[in-house]
Amino acid sequence: MRQTRLIMGMPIEVEIVGDDVGDIIDEGFEYLISVDERFSTYKQESEISRFNRAEIGENALSNEMKEVFALAEKTKKETRGYFDIRRPDGTIDPSGIVKGWAIHNVAAIIRKAGHKDFFVNAGGDIAMEGKNAIGEEWSVGIRSPFNTTEIVKVLYPKGKGVATSGSYVRGAHIYNPLAPEDELKEVMSITVIGPNVFEADRFATAAFAMGKSGIRFIENLPGLEGYMIDKGGVATFTSGFSSYTHA
Amino acid sequence: MDMKKLLAAISIVILIGVYIFYRMSSATPTPAATTGTLTGNPDIGNINPNASSTGSTPPPTPAPASAYKDGSYTGSVTDAFYGKVQVKAIIKNGVITDVVFLQYPNDAEHSVEVSNHVIPLLTAEAIKVQSANVDTISGATQTSEAFQQSLGSALVQAKA
Repeated sequence: MRQTRLIMGMPIEVEIVGDDVGDIIDEGFEYLISVDERFSTYKQESEISRFNRAEIGENALSNEMKEVFALAEKTKKETRGYFDIRRPDGTIDPSGIVKGWAIHNVAAIIRKAGHKDFFVNAGGDIAMEGKNAIGEEWSVGIRSPFNTTEIVKVLYPKGKGVATSGSYVRGAHIYNPLAPEDELKEVMSITVIGPNVFEADRFATAAFAMGKSGIRFIENLPGLEGYMIDKGGVATFTSGFSSYTHA
Repeated sequence: MDMKKLLAAISIVILIGVYIFYRMSSATPTPAATTGTLTGNPDIGNINPNASSTGSTPPPTPAPASAYKDGSYTGSVTDAFYGKVQVKAIIKNGVITDVVFLQYPNDAEHSVEVSNHVIPLLTAEAIKVQSANVDTISGATQTSEAFQQSLGSALVQAKA
């Protein structure tokens, strides 16, 4: 059974193999709504907004907020300061880490309810476990950054997490077809496979922001593989990536 | 808007805009898959240039003449969860000539030193369209959709 809902401004797709799974899918959606209520910096009454207005102190924060702050601090160190939830104005915006964390938690909710075969896809960041409805490995298509209706790679994550960051070109103008070749190095998207969706998501975010160095950053991290697509339609991928391109 | 985001916004442009640009404004060729640049590329470590030379990106689609009025139009601020997206579309001679990010979700813009101690064994290939027969899809969709929403609202003004 598969259901899709718009939460946190993005489509959330959940499939659990089997019947009578509607309630647990709803539970997953409800959890994500509660995360959005707590962590959205666009909601005036969210915990993070109140914290940023100094209406509540650090000691009064929920355990969830403390956990996310701790994970963000860890990620900041692991990405050499690149990934930082602290804004220049001093406020905190943890959304860059909350998404992967929340999907990871939804997967745990489904697993604890006794389901072995499922996936959760929130805006392209995916947790998946077990097999699909016909007993095969789950497959994930990497969307073309040039044409959103096209798939340019098929992955079989085999229980790992997948996340993609990107679709942007840095530069002063929209792509110029007559642009010099050096612009072809620009990164359109990077897809990361990691031990779980939380790891995949936070490192995909950091790697994308590193530009073309991002794929080397992923290569040098144990347990992570990546597929980077540049502006010229060339993909560069890590040494262990191909183990995920067949079932 | 803070300075960091402003700087990011000014310097970042989405390629989906290109896609829309092709469809909406002119019959400009899509970026061709290029593999020749890999050889001797000092920036990508030890790349194995075994990429095929087949094209991968879609062929250009001729688009009808645009009805947009010249000027620059600021789109709506759209929530992309990671942050807000807002774009400005610049129309010249009836076509979109530029899309500038006024707001763009990004975690940091300062550069990072990436370890080069390990020589990466990276491989490159030209992307190719595959069968869409998959269980689900990964892509940076939600920000793209926010972009399209913001651009869409800018273009509504351009048509008015």
